[in-house]
Amino acid sequence: MAPLLELKDVHTYYGAVHALRGVSLKVEEGEIVTLIGSNGAGKTTTLRTISGLERARSGSIKLKGKSIEKAEAHEIVRLGVGHSPEGRRVFSRMSVRENLEMGAFLRKSGPDVQKDFKKVFELFPRLKERESQAAGTMSGGEQQMLAIGRALMAQPKILLLDEPSMGLAPILVEQIFDIITEINSRGTAVLLVEQNAMMALGIAKRGYILQIGEVTLEDSCDKLAKNPKVREAYLGV
Amino acid sequence: MATVNATSSSAGRLLGSLRLPIGIVAFLGISLTVLGIDQFVNALTLGAIYALVALGYTMVYGIIELINFAHGDVFMVGSFVAMFISSSLLGNEGAITNIPLLAGSVLVLFALTIGVMAIVGALIERLAYRPLRRAPRLAPLITAIGVSFILQNVIQFFFGPTIVTVPQLVPIEWSIEVSGSRVPLLNIFVIAASVALMFALQLFISRTRTGRAMRTTSMDRDASSLMGVDINRTIMITFLIGSGLAGAAGVVHGLYYGNTSFNLGFQSGLKAFTAAVLGGIGNTAGAALGGFLIAFIEVGASAFGYGRWGGAVVFSLLVIFLVFRPTGLLGSHSGDRA
Ligand SMILES: Nc1ncnc2c1ncn2[C@@H]1O[C@H](COP(=O)(O)OP(=O)(O)O)[C@@H](O)[C@H]1O
Ligand SMILES: [Mg+2]
Repeated sequence: MAPLLELKDVHTYYGAVHALRGVSLKVEEGEIVTLIGSNGAGKTTTLRTISGLERARSGSIKLKGKSIEKAEAHEIVRLGVGHSPEGRRVFSRMSVRENLEMGAFLRKSGPDVQKDFKKVFELFPRLKERESQAAGTMSGGEQQMLAIGRALMAQPKILLLDEPSMGLAPILVEQIFDIITEINSRGTAVLLVEQNAMMALGIAKRGYILQIGEVTLEDSCDKLAKNPKVREAYLGV
Repeated sequence: MATVNATSSSAGRLLGSLRLPIGIVAFLGISLTVLGIDQFVNALTLGAIYALVALGYTMVYGIIELINFAHGDVFMVGSFVAMFISSSLLGNEGAITNIPLLAGSVLVLFALTIGVMAIVGALIERLAYRPLRRAPRLAPLITAIGVSFILQNVIQFFFGPTIVTVPQLVPIEWSIEVSGSRVPLLNIFVIAASVALMFALQLFISRTRTGRAMRTTSMDRDASSLMGVDINRTIMITFLIGSGLAGAAGVVHGLYYGNTSFNLGFQSGLKAFTAAVLGGIGNTAGAALGGFLIAFIEVGASAFGYGRWGGAVVFSLLVIFLVFRPTGLLGSHSGDRA
Protein backbone atom coordinates (compact mmCIF):
# COMPACT_ATOMS: atom_id res chain seq x y z
CA MET A 1 0.00 0.00 0.00
CA ALA A 2 1.18 3.52 -0.76
CA PRO A 3 2.43 5.48 2.26
CA LEU A 4 0.17 8.22 3.63
CA LEU A 5 2.64 10.91 2.57
CA GLU A 6 5.63 10.49 0.32
CA LEU A 7 8.11 13.07 -0.99
CA LYS A 8 10.52 12.05 -3.72
CA ASP A 9 13.45 14.22 -4.70
CA VAL A 10 11.68 17.50 -4.00
CA HIS A 11 13.45 20.71 -5.01
CA THR A 12 12.16 24.11 -3.86
CA TYR A 13 13.59 27.53 -4.59
CA TYR A 14 13.10 31.03 -3.21
CA GLY A 15 14.07 33.00 -6.27
CA ALA A 16 17.70 31.99 -6.72
CA VAL A 17 17.99 30.35 -3.29
CA HIS A 18 17.96 26.59 -3.66
CA ALA A 19 16.29 25.74 -0.34
CA LEU A 20 15.35 22.07 -0.84
CA ARG A 21 17.89 20.04 -2.77
CA GLY A 22 16.13 16.77 -3.36
CA VAL A 23 14.21 15.92 -0.21
CA SER A 24 12.71 12.45 -0.01
CA LEU A 25 10.78 11.21 2.98
CA LYS A 26 7.66 9.35 3.89
CA VAL A 27 5.11 9.09 6.65
CA GLU A 28 3.03 5.95 7.09
CA GLU A 29 -0.52 5.89 8.39
CA GLY A 30 -0.57 6.42 12.18
CA GLU A 31 3.12 7.26 12.52
CA ILE A 32 4.92 10.13 14.21
CA VAL A 33 7.89 11.05 12.08
CA THR A 34 10.29 13.82 12.98
CA LEU A 35 12.35 16.07 10.77
CA ILE A 36 15.35 17.47 12.60
CA GLY A 37 17.78 20.08 11.43
CA SER A 38 19.48 23.26 12.51
CA ASN A 39 18.24 26.74 11.70
CA GLY A 40 17.97 27.31 7.95
CA ALA A 41 18.22 23.62 7.03
CA GLY A 42 14.90 23.74 5.15
CA LYS A 43 12.46 22.20 7.62
CA THR A 44 9.87 24.93 7.29
CA THR A 45 10.28 24.96 3.53
CA THR A 46 9.62 21.22 3.46
CA LEU A 47 6.33 21.64 5.31
CA ARG A 48 5.32 24.68 3.25
CA THR A 49 6.02 22.78 0.06
CA ILE A 50 3.88 19.86 1.20
CA SER A 51 1.04 22.27 2.01
CA GLY A 52 1.28 24.06 -1.31
CA LEU A 53 2.37 27.38 0.18
CA GLU A 54 5.57 27.03 -1.82
CA ARG A 55 5.81 25.27 -5.19
CA ALA A 56 8.20 22.39 -5.71
CA ARG A 57 10.18 23.04 -8.88
CA SER A 58 10.69 19.33 -9.38
CA GLY A 59 10.05 16.06 -7.62
CA SER A 60 6.81 14.49 -6.48
CA ILE A 61 4.64 14.74 -3.39
CA LYS A 62 2.03 12.03 -2.97
CA LEU A 63 -0.78 11.70 -0.50
CA LYS A 64 -2.01 8.09 -0.40
CA GLY A 65 -0.45 7.65 -3.83
CA LYS A 66 -2.18 10.71 -5.32
CA SER A 67 0.06 13.51 -6.61
CA ILE A 68 -0.48 16.82 -4.83
CA GLU A 69 2.59 18.80 -5.86
CA LYS A 70 0.55 20.85 -8.34
CA ALA A 71 -2.49 21.33 -6.12
CA GLU A 72 -3.41 24.66 -4.52
CA ALA A 73 -2.95 25.06 -0.77
CA HIS A 74 -6.69 25.10 -0.08
CA GLU A 75 -7.18 21.88 -2.03
CA ILE A 76 -4.44 20.16 -0.06
CA VAL A 77 -6.24 21.02 3.19
CA ARG A 78 -9.34 19.36 1.80
CA LEU A 79 -7.32 16.24 0.98
CA GLY A 80 -6.47 15.83 4.66
CA VAL A 81 -3.24 17.71 5.38
CA GLY A 82 -3.35 19.86 8.52
CA HIS A 83 -0.54 22.32 9.16
CA SER A 84 0.29 24.21 12.32
CA PRO A 85 2.79 26.70 10.90
CA GLU A 86 6.01 28.11 12.27
CA GLY A 87 5.30 31.07 14.53
CA ARG A 88 1.72 29.80 15.21
CA ARG A 89 0.05 32.37 12.97
CA VAL A 90 -3.23 32.47 14.86
CA PHE A 91 -5.73 35.11 13.73
CA SER A 92 -4.88 37.62 16.40
CA ARG A 93 -7.97 39.82 16.21
CA MET A 94 -10.33 36.86 16.32
CA SER A 95 -11.42 35.01 19.42
CA VAL A 96 -10.23 31.51 20.25
CA ARG A 97 -13.58 30.16 19.18
CA GLU A 98 -13.52 32.00 15.84
CA ASN A 99 -10.02 30.69 15.20
CA LEU A 100 -11.23 27.15 15.77
CA GLU A 101 -14.24 27.81 13.54
CA MET A 102 -11.83 28.87 10.81
CA GLY A 103 -10.09 25.54 11.28
CA ALA A 104 -13.38 23.91 10.29
CA PHE A 105 -13.79 26.31 7.36
CA LEU A 106 -14.22 23.55 4.78
CA ARG A 107 -16.69 21.53 6.84
CA LYS A 108 -20.42 21.95 7.09
CA SER A 109 -21.25 23.17 10.55
CA GLY A 110 -23.28 20.64 12.47
CA PRO A 111 -23.04 18.05 15.24
CA ASP A 112 -19.78 16.62 13.81
CA VAL A 113 -18.01 19.95 14.08
CA GLN A 114 -19.47 20.50 17.55
CA LYS A 115 -18.02 17.15 18.59
CA ASP A 116 -14.60 18.26 17.39
CA PHE A 117 -14.87 21.48 19.38
CA LYS A 118 -15.43 19.27 22.42
CA LYS A 119 -12.45 17.11 21.55
CA VAL A 120 -10.13 20.08 21.09
CA PHE A 121 -11.30 21.58 24.39
CA GLU A 122 -10.65 18.20 26.03
CA LEU A 123 -7.10 18.19 24.70
CA PHE A 124 -6.57 21.84 25.59
CA PRO A 125 -8.72 22.84 28.59
CA ARG A 126 -6.92 26.19 28.54
CA LEU A 127 -8.58 27.04 25.25
CA LYS A 128 -12.01 26.39 26.71
CA GLU A 129 -11.24 28.89 29.48
CA ARG A 130 -10.17 31.47 26.92
CA GLU A 131 -12.88 30.73 24.39
CA SER A 132 -13.95 34.33 23.79
CA GLN A 133 -10.56 35.98 24.29
CA ALA A 134 -8.80 37.54 21.31
CA ALA A 135 -6.11 35.10 20.21
CA GLY A 136 -3.45 37.79 19.92
CA THR A 137 -3.69 38.56 23.63
CA MET A 138 -2.84 35.02 24.76
CA SER A 139 0.53 33.68 25.85
CA GLY A 140 2.83 31.92 23.41
CA GLY A 141 1.97 28.51 24.81
CA GLU A 142 -1.75 29.14 24.53
CA GLN A 143 -1.35 30.37 20.98
CA GLN A 144 0.57 27.20 20.15
CA MET A 145 -2.27 25.12 21.56
CA LEU A 146 -4.71 27.13 19.50
CA ALA A 147 -2.68 26.68 16.33
CA ILE A 148 -2.65 22.90 16.83
CA GLY A 149 -6.32 22.80 17.81
CA ARG A 150 -7.24 24.88 14.79
CA ALA A 151 -5.43 22.48 12.48
CA LEU A 152 -7.24 19.55 14.12
CA MET A 153 -10.64 21.10 13.41
CA ALA A 154 -10.24 20.15 9.75
CA GLN A 155 -9.98 16.46 10.74
CA PRO A 156 -6.60 15.98 9.03
CA LYS A 157 -5.24 12.56 8.22
CA ILE A 158 -1.77 13.96 8.74
CA LEU A 159 -0.73 16.88 10.92
CA LEU A 160 2.35 18.92 10.04
CA LEU A 161 3.79 20.62 13.12
CA ASP A 162 6.44 23.29 12.67
CA GLU A 163 8.47 23.75 15.85
CA PRO A 164 5.62 23.56 18.35
CA SER A 165 8.12 23.94 21.22
CA MET A 166 9.58 27.21 19.97
CA GLY A 167 9.79 29.82 22.69
CA LEU A 168 7.92 27.79 25.31
CA ALA A 169 8.92 27.09 28.91
CA PRO A 170 10.19 23.50 29.42
CA ILE A 171 7.12 22.46 31.40
CA LEU A 172 4.86 23.64 28.58
CA VAL A 173 6.99 21.89 26.00
CA GLU A 174 6.47 18.64 27.82
CA GLN A 175 2.75 19.24 27.96
CA ILE A 176 2.57 19.99 24.22
CA PHE A 177 4.55 16.84 23.39
CA ASP A 178 2.23 14.73 25.55
CA ILE A 179 -0.69 16.15 23.63
CA ILE A 180 0.97 15.40 20.29
CA THR A 181 1.32 11.77 21.41
CA GLU A 182 -2.32 11.80 22.44
CA ILE A 183 -3.43 13.21 19.06
CA ASN A 184 -1.41 10.53 17.32
CA SER A 185 -2.87 7.77 19.44
CA ARG A 186 -6.32 8.85 18.22
CA GLY A 187 -5.22 8.01 14.69
CA THR A 188 -3.68 11.14 13.16
CA ALA A 189 -0.23 10.76 11.61
CA VAL A 190 2.23 13.50 12.54
CA LEU A 191 5.21 15.00 10.76
CA LEU A 192 7.01 16.91 13.50
CA VAL A 193 9.63 19.50 12.67
CA GLU A 194 11.87 20.39 15.60
CA GLN A 195 15.09 21.99 16.62
CA ASN A 196 14.48 20.50 20.03
CA ALA A 197 15.77 17.10 18.86
CA MET A 198 15.80 15.50 22.29
CA MET A 199 12.05 15.84 22.75
CA ALA A 200 11.22 15.00 19.15
CA LEU A 201 13.26 11.80 19.15
CA GLY A 202 11.51 10.87 22.37
CA ILE A 203 8.02 10.71 20.87
CA ALA A 204 8.60 9.94 17.18
CA LYS A 205 9.08 6.51 15.70
CA ARG A 206 11.35 7.43 12.83
CA GLY A 207 13.35 10.51 12.04
CA TYR A 208 15.11 12.33 9.22
CA ILE A 209 18.09 14.64 9.60
CA LEU A 210 17.98 17.60 7.24
CA GLN A 211 21.14 19.56 6.40
CA ILE A 212 21.22 22.47 3.96
CA GLY A 213 18.20 21.24 2.04
CA GLU A 214 19.20 17.58 1.95
CA VAL A 215 18.25 14.53 3.99
CA THR A 216 21.56 13.23 5.25
CA LEU A 217 20.34 10.54 7.60
CA GLU A 218 17.18 8.56 8.26
CA ASP A 219 16.62 5.97 10.90
CA SER A 220 14.46 4.87 13.78
CA CYS A 221 14.49 7.41 16.57
CA ASP A 222 16.11 4.94 18.99
CA LYS A 223 19.06 4.57 16.67
CA LEU A 224 19.25 8.30 15.86
CA ALA A 225 19.35 9.08 19.56
CA LYS A 226 22.32 6.75 19.96
CA ASN A 227 24.14 7.94 16.83
CA PRO A 228 27.27 9.84 17.99
CA LYS A 229 27.06 12.35 15.13
CA VAL A 230 23.44 13.17 15.87
CA ARG A 231 24.21 13.40 19.57
CA GLU A 232 27.01 15.81 18.93
CA ALA A 233 25.22 18.01 16.40
CA TYR A 234 21.67 18.09 17.73
CA LEU A 235 21.59 16.84 21.28
CA GLY A 236 24.48 18.90 22.54
CA VAL A 237 26.39 15.97 24.05
CA MET B 1 -11.65 46.42 46.64
CA ALA B 2 -11.65 43.88 43.86
CA THR B 3 -15.33 44.45 43.14
CA VAL B 4 -14.85 48.20 43.06
CA ASN B 5 -12.11 47.72 40.53
CA ALA B 6 -14.20 45.39 38.44
CA THR B 7 -17.13 47.81 38.33
CA SER B 8 -15.06 50.85 37.56
CA SER B 9 -13.22 49.03 34.78
CA SER B 10 -16.42 47.72 33.23
CA ALA B 11 -17.88 51.23 33.45
CA GLY B 12 -14.68 52.40 31.81
CA ARG B 13 -15.10 49.85 29.06
CA LEU B 14 -18.72 50.92 28.54
CA LEU B 15 -17.61 54.54 28.27
CA GLY B 16 -14.83 53.48 25.93
CA SER B 17 -17.21 51.65 23.63
CA LEU B 18 -19.62 54.60 23.70
CA ARG B 19 -16.91 57.12 22.88
CA LEU B 20 -17.28 56.65 19.14
CA PRO B 21 -21.10 56.90 18.89
CA ILE B 22 -21.10 59.86 21.29
CA GLY B 23 -18.38 61.49 19.24
CA ILE B 24 -20.33 60.98 16.02
CA VAL B 25 -23.56 62.36 17.45
CA ALA B 26 -21.72 65.36 18.89
CA PHE B 27 -19.95 65.97 15.60
CA LEU B 28 -23.22 65.80 13.64
CA GLY B 29 -24.93 68.14 16.12
CA ILE B 30 -22.18 70.73 15.91
CA SER B 31 -22.02 70.47 12.11
CA LEU B 32 -25.77 70.91 11.80
CA THR B 33 -25.64 74.04 13.97
CA VAL B 34 -22.65 75.52 12.19
CA LEU B 35 -23.52 74.61 8.60
CA GLY B 36 -27.31 74.91 8.64
CA ILE B 37 -29.55 72.20 7.29
CA ASP B 38 -28.93 72.72 3.55
CA GLN B 39 -25.18 72.37 3.76
CA PHE B 40 -25.52 69.63 6.35
CA VAL B 41 -27.59 67.49 3.96
CA ASN B 42 -25.24 68.35 1.15
CA ALA B 43 -22.25 67.15 3.20
CA LEU B 44 -24.02 63.92 4.12
CA THR B 45 -24.77 63.24 0.44
CA LEU B 46 -21.23 63.95 -0.68
CA GLY B 47 -20.00 61.91 2.28
CA ALA B 48 -22.09 58.95 1.16
CA ILE B 49 -20.33 59.00 -2.23
CA TYR B 50 -16.86 59.32 -0.70
CA ALA B 51 -17.65 56.58 1.80
CA LEU B 52 -18.85 54.14 -0.87
CA VAL B 53 -15.68 54.72 -2.88
CA ALA B 54 -13.42 54.66 0.20
CA LEU B 55 -14.71 51.19 1.06
CA GLY B 56 -13.22 49.77 -2.13
CA TYR B 57 -9.84 51.36 -1.43
CA THR B 58 -9.73 50.07 2.09
CA MET B 59 -10.95 46.54 1.33
CA VAL B 60 -8.40 46.05 -1.42
CA TYR B 61 -5.62 47.52 0.69
CA GLY B 62 -6.65 45.33 3.59
CA ILE B 63 -6.45 42.16 1.59
CA ILE B 64 -3.47 42.64 -0.78
CA GLU B 65 -1.82 45.79 0.58
CA LEU B 66 -2.25 47.49 -2.75
CA ILE B 67 -3.19 51.15 -3.05
CA ASN B 68 -5.45 50.62 -6.02
CA PHE B 69 -4.94 53.91 -7.81
CA ALA B 70 -7.42 52.82 -10.46
CA HIS B 71 -10.28 52.65 -7.98
CA GLY B 72 -11.29 56.31 -8.37
CA ASP B 73 -11.57 55.62 -12.09
CA VAL B 74 -13.65 52.53 -11.45
CA PHE B 75 -16.06 54.92 -9.71
CA MET B 76 -15.86 57.24 -12.74
CA VAL B 77 -16.61 54.34 -15.12
CA GLY B 78 -19.50 53.45 -12.82
CA SER B 79 -20.96 56.91 -13.29
CA PHE B 80 -20.77 56.47 -17.08
CA VAL B 81 -22.24 52.99 -16.98
CA ALA B 82 -25.09 54.42 -14.89
CA MET B 83 -25.56 57.24 -17.39
CA PHE B 84 -25.56 54.81 -20.30
CA ILE B 85 -28.02 52.41 -18.67
CA SER B 86 -30.29 55.23 -17.57
CA SER B 87 -30.42 57.20 -20.82
CA SER B 88 -29.75 54.66 -23.56
CA LEU B 89 -31.07 51.42 -22.13
CA LEU B 90 -33.99 52.71 -20.08
CA GLY B 91 -34.56 55.71 -22.34
CA ASN B 92 -34.78 58.27 -19.57
CA GLU B 93 -34.40 61.93 -20.31
CA GLY B 94 -35.11 63.49 -16.97
CA ALA B 95 -37.20 63.20 -13.87
CA ILE B 96 -39.83 60.45 -13.58
CA THR B 97 -42.92 61.52 -11.66
CA ASN B 98 -44.75 58.20 -11.73
CA ILE B 99 -43.69 56.72 -8.41
CA PRO B 100 -43.78 52.98 -9.24
CA LEU B 101 -41.97 53.65 -12.51
CA LEU B 102 -39.39 55.79 -10.71
CA ALA B 103 -38.81 53.16 -8.04
CA GLY B 104 -38.47 50.44 -10.67
CA SER B 105 -36.07 52.47 -12.82
CA VAL B 106 -33.86 53.44 -9.89
CA LEU B 107 -33.77 49.87 -8.67
CA VAL B 108 -32.83 48.51 -12.09
CA LEU B 109 -30.27 51.26 -12.47
CA PHE B 110 -28.57 50.41 -9.18
CA ALA B 111 -28.69 46.65 -9.75
CA LEU B 112 -27.33 46.78 -13.32
CA THR B 113 -24.61 49.31 -12.59
CA ILE B 114 -23.44 47.49 -9.48
CA GLY B 115 -23.44 44.22 -11.42
CA VAL B 116 -21.53 45.60 -14.41
CA MET B 117 -18.96 47.34 -12.23
CA ALA B 118 -18.49 44.27 -10.05
CA ILE B 119 -17.60 42.33 -13.18
CA VAL B 120 -15.31 45.11 -14.41
CA GLY B 121 -13.52 45.15 -11.05
CA ALA B 122 -13.09 41.38 -10.99
CA LEU B 123 -11.75 41.46 -14.54
CA ILE B 124 -9.22 44.16 -13.65
CA GLU B 125 -8.06 42.04 -10.74
CA ARG B 126 -7.82 38.90 -12.84
CA LEU B 127 -6.01 40.49 -15.76
CA ALA B 128 -3.88 43.20 -14.18
CA TYR B 129 -3.15 42.30 -10.57
CA ARG B 130 -3.31 38.53 -10.19
CA PRO B 131 -0.38 37.84 -12.53
CA LEU B 132 1.71 40.08 -10.26
CA ARG B 133 0.71 38.43 -7.01
CA ARG B 134 4.25 37.32 -6.21
CA ALA B 135 5.99 40.30 -7.77
CA PRO B 136 7.59 43.10 -5.72
CA ARG B 137 5.03 45.56 -4.37
CA LEU B 138 5.98 48.35 -6.72
CA ALA B 139 4.84 46.34 -9.75
CA PRO B 140 1.10 46.18 -8.99
CA LEU B 141 1.21 49.82 -7.83
CA ILE B 142 2.52 50.95 -11.19
CA THR B 143 0.07 48.64 -12.93
CA ALA B 144 -2.74 50.33 -11.00
CA ILE B 145 -1.66 53.70 -12.36
CA GLY B 146 -1.66 52.14 -15.83
CA VAL B 147 -5.17 50.76 -15.34
CA SER B 148 -6.27 54.22 -14.23
CA PHE B 149 -5.05 55.73 -17.51
CA ILE B 150 -6.62 52.96 -19.56
CA LEU B 151 -10.02 53.46 -17.94
CA GLN B 152 -9.88 57.22 -18.50
CA ASN B 153 -8.84 56.80 -22.12
CA VAL B 154 -11.50 54.22 -22.88
CA ILE B 155 -14.22 56.47 -21.47
CA GLN B 156 -12.80 59.49 -23.31
CA PHE B 157 -12.80 57.49 -26.52
CA PHE B 158 -16.48 56.55 -26.23
CA PHE B 159 -17.96 59.62 -24.54
CA GLY B 160 -15.52 62.41 -25.30
CA PRO B 161 -13.50 64.72 -23.09
CA THR B 162 -16.32 67.04 -22.07
CA ILE B 163 -18.87 66.96 -19.29
CA VAL B 164 -21.70 64.54 -20.04
CA THR B 165 -25.25 64.99 -18.76
CA VAL B 166 -26.82 62.26 -16.64
CA PRO B 167 -30.63 62.01 -16.27
CA GLN B 168 -31.72 63.03 -12.77
CA LEU B 169 -34.51 60.56 -12.30
CA VAL B 170 -35.74 61.78 -8.91
CA PRO B 171 -37.62 65.09 -9.33
CA ILE B 172 -35.61 67.86 -7.66
CA GLU B 173 -38.72 69.67 -6.49
CA TRP B 174 -39.85 66.76 -4.31
CA SER B 175 -38.87 67.64 -0.79
CA ILE B 176 -39.90 67.57 2.80
CA GLU B 177 -39.75 70.46 5.20
CA VAL B 178 -37.46 70.28 8.18
CA SER B 179 -37.58 73.25 10.57
CA GLY B 180 -38.33 75.75 7.84
CA SER B 181 -35.88 74.35 5.27
CA ARG B 182 -36.61 72.21 2.25
CA VAL B 183 -34.72 68.92 2.20
CA PRO B 184 -34.91 67.24 -1.21
CA LEU B 185 -36.18 63.66 -1.09
CA LEU B 186 -33.37 62.80 -3.48
CA ASN B 187 -30.76 63.49 -0.81
CA ILE B 188 -32.63 61.52 1.78
CA PHE B 189 -32.97 58.61 -0.59
CA VAL B 190 -29.32 58.75 -1.63
CA ILE B 191 -28.06 58.88 1.95
CA ALA B 192 -30.38 56.09 3.05
CA ALA B 193 -29.44 53.85 0.13
CA SER B 194 -25.71 54.37 0.74
CA VAL B 195 -25.93 53.76 4.45
CA ALA B 196 -28.00 50.63 3.78
CA LEU B 197 -25.27 49.34 1.43
CA MET B 198 -22.63 50.02 4.06
CA PHE B 199 -24.57 48.11 6.69
CA ALA B 200 -25.11 45.26 4.26
CA LEU B 201 -21.36 45.16 3.69
CA GLN B 202 -20.63 45.06 7.42
CA LEU B 203 -23.11 42.22 7.84
CA PHE B 204 -21.61 40.36 4.91
CA ILE B 205 -18.08 40.69 6.27
CA SER B 206 -18.97 39.73 9.82
CA ARG B 207 -21.59 37.04 9.24
CA THR B 208 -20.91 35.10 6.06
CA ARG B 209 -18.36 32.42 5.33
CA THR B 210 -16.88 34.45 2.49
CA GLY B 211 -16.75 37.50 4.75
CA ARG B 212 -14.79 35.52 7.30
CA ALA B 213 -12.44 34.33 4.60
CA MET B 214 -11.89 37.97 3.61
CA ARG B 215 -11.08 38.93 7.18
CA THR B 216 -8.64 36.09 7.79
CA THR B 217 -6.98 36.59 4.41
CA SER B 218 -6.31 40.21 5.27
CA MET B 219 -4.91 39.20 8.66
CA ASP B 220 -2.66 36.40 7.43
CA ARG B 221 -2.85 35.07 3.91
CA ASP B 222 -0.80 31.90 4.45
CA ALA B 223 -2.61 30.92 7.63
CA SER B 224 -5.86 31.55 5.84
CA SER B 225 -5.04 29.23 2.98
CA LEU B 226 -4.04 26.59 5.54
CA MET B 227 -7.67 26.75 6.71
CA GLY B 228 -8.80 25.87 3.20
CA VAL B 229 -9.59 29.41 2.06
CA ASP B 230 -9.21 29.87 -1.69
CA ILE B 231 -7.11 33.02 -1.68
CA ASN B 232 -7.52 33.91 -5.35
CA ARG B 233 -11.27 33.58 -5.14
CA THR B 234 -11.40 35.64 -1.95
CA ILE B 235 -9.32 38.44 -3.45
CA MET B 236 -11.50 38.43 -6.56
CA ILE B 237 -14.65 38.71 -4.45
CA THR B 238 -13.08 41.64 -2.62
CA PHE B 239 -12.58 43.45 -5.92
CA LEU B 240 -16.06 42.45 -7.01
CA ILE B 241 -17.66 44.00 -3.94
CA GLY B 242 -15.41 47.08 -3.83
CA SER B 243 -16.08 47.84 -7.48
CA GLY B 244 -19.79 47.17 -7.10
CA LEU B 245 -19.90 49.76 -4.32
CA ALA B 246 -17.98 52.20 -6.52
CA GLY B 247 -20.66 51.53 -9.16
CA ALA B 248 -23.34 52.41 -6.62
CA ALA B 249 -21.42 55.60 -5.86
CA GLY B 250 -21.42 56.30 -9.60
CA VAL B 251 -25.21 55.99 -9.72
CA VAL B 252 -25.56 58.26 -6.70
CA HIS B 253 -23.22 60.82 -8.23
CA GLY B 254 -25.24 60.96 -11.44
CA LEU B 255 -28.60 61.23 -9.71
CA TYR B 256 -27.32 64.00 -7.47
CA TYR B 257 -25.14 66.11 -9.72
CA GLY B 258 -26.72 65.30 -13.08
CA ASN B 259 -23.41 65.06 -14.88
CA THR B 260 -20.09 63.27 -15.06
CA SER B 261 -16.81 63.44 -16.92
CA PHE B 262 -13.88 61.19 -17.71
CA ASN B 263 -11.64 62.84 -15.11
CA LEU B 264 -14.13 62.55 -12.26
CA GLY B 265 -12.13 59.73 -10.72
CA PHE B 266 -8.98 61.66 -10.03
CA GLN B 267 -10.17 64.23 -7.50
CA SER B 268 -12.91 62.13 -5.94
CA GLY B 269 -10.67 59.12 -5.92
CA LEU B 270 -7.97 61.00 -4.10
CA LYS B 271 -10.46 62.24 -1.53
CA ALA B 272 -11.98 58.81 -1.05
CA PHE B 273 -8.51 57.37 -0.63
CA THR B 274 -7.79 60.05 1.95
CA ALA B 275 -11.01 59.04 3.70
CA ALA B 276 -9.79 55.44 3.83
CA VAL B 277 -6.46 56.51 5.35
CA LEU B 278 -8.19 58.85 7.77
CA GLY B 279 -10.48 56.07 8.98
CA GLY B 280 -7.61 53.60 9.33
CA ILE B 281 -6.68 51.84 6.12
CA GLY B 282 -7.99 48.29 5.96
CA ASN B 283 -10.84 49.13 8.32
CA THR B 284 -14.24 49.24 6.58
CA ALA B 285 -16.12 51.09 9.32
CA GLY B 286 -13.27 53.58 9.42
CA ALA B 287 -13.47 54.17 5.66
CA ALA B 288 -17.17 54.96 5.86
CA LEU B 289 -16.60 57.33 8.77
CA GLY B 290 -13.64 58.93 6.99
CA GLY B 291 -15.76 59.51 3.87
CA PHE B 292 -18.35 61.49 5.78
CA LEU B 293 -15.71 63.39 7.72
CA ILE B 294 -13.90 64.50 4.56
CA ALA B 295 -17.17 65.66 3.03
CA PHE B 296 -18.00 67.71 6.11
CA ILE B 297 -14.57 69.33 6.08
CA GLU B 298 -14.87 70.12 2.40
CA VAL B 299 -18.42 71.48 2.63
CA GLY B 300 -17.50 73.38 5.78
CA ALA B 301 -14.56 75.01 4.03
CA SER B 302 -16.84 76.11 1.17
CA ALA B 303 -19.50 77.38 3.54
CA PHE B 304 -16.96 79.69 5.12
CA GLY B 305 -15.80 80.97 1.76
CA TYR B 306 -12.73 78.78 1.42
CA GLY B 307 -14.26 76.60 -1.30
CA ARG B 308 -11.22 76.92 -3.54
CA TRP B 309 -9.12 75.77 -0.64
CA GLY B 310 -11.32 72.74 0.03
CA GLY B 311 -8.72 70.28 -1.21
CA ALA B 312 -5.88 72.01 0.60
CA VAL B 313 -7.84 72.04 3.85
CA VAL B 314 -8.71 68.36 3.52
CA PHE B 315 -5.15 67.28 2.88
CA SER B 316 -3.58 69.57 5.49
CA LEU B 317 -5.91 68.16 8.10
CA LEU B 318 -5.05 64.66 6.95
CA VAL B 319 -1.34 65.28 7.38
CA ILE B 320 -1.77 66.89 10.79
CA PHE B 321 -4.10 64.12 11.90
CA LEU B 322 -1.79 61.34 10.78
CA VAL B 323 1.15 62.88 12.60
CA PHE B 324 -0.73 62.40 15.85
CA ARG B 325 -2.61 59.22 15.02
CA PRO B 326 -0.89 57.31 12.21
CA THR B 327 -3.29 54.37 12.36
CA GLY B 328 -6.30 56.55 11.57
CA LEU B 329 -9.54 57.18 13.42
CA LEU B 330 -10.53 53.58 14.10
CA GLY B 331 -7.12 51.98 13.84
CA SER B 332 -5.52 50.37 10.84
CA HIS B 333 -6.27 46.72 10.28
CA SER B 334 -3.21 45.93 8.28
CA GLY B 335 -0.44 46.44 10.79
CA ASP B 336 -0.72 43.14 12.61
CA ARG B 337 0.27 40.86 9.81
CA ALA B 338 2.58 38.09 10.97
N1 LIG C 1 10.93 33.69 1.96
C1 LIG C 1 12.22 33.34 1.75
N2 LIG C 1 12.95 33.98 0.82
C2 LIG C 1 14.24 33.64 0.58
N3 LIG C 1 14.86 32.67 1.22
C3 LIG C 1 14.21 31.98 2.17
C4 LIG C 1 12.85 32.28 2.48
N4 LIG C 1 12.43 31.45 3.45
C5 LIG C 1 13.48 30.66 3.74
N5 LIG C 1 14.55 30.97 2.97
C6 LIG C 1 15.87 30.29 2.99
O1 LIG C 1 15.65 28.92 2.74
C7 LIG C 1 16.47 28.14 3.59
C8 LIG C 1 15.61 27.20 4.40
O2 LIG C 1 14.82 27.96 5.30
P1 LIG C 1 13.75 27.29 6.27
O3 LIG C 1 12.97 26.29 5.52
O4 LIG C 1 13.00 28.39 6.91
O5 LIG C 1 14.67 26.57 7.33
P2 LIG C 1 14.33 25.97 8.77
O6 LIG C 1 12.87 25.94 8.93
O7 LIG C 1 14.95 24.62 8.79
O8 LIG C 1 14.99 26.88 9.77
C9 LIG C 1 17.27 29.11 4.43
O9 LIG C 1 18.53 29.26 3.83
C10 LIG C 1 16.50 30.39 4.36
O10 LIG C 1 17.35 31.49 4.45
MG1 LIG D 1 11.72 26.88 10.36
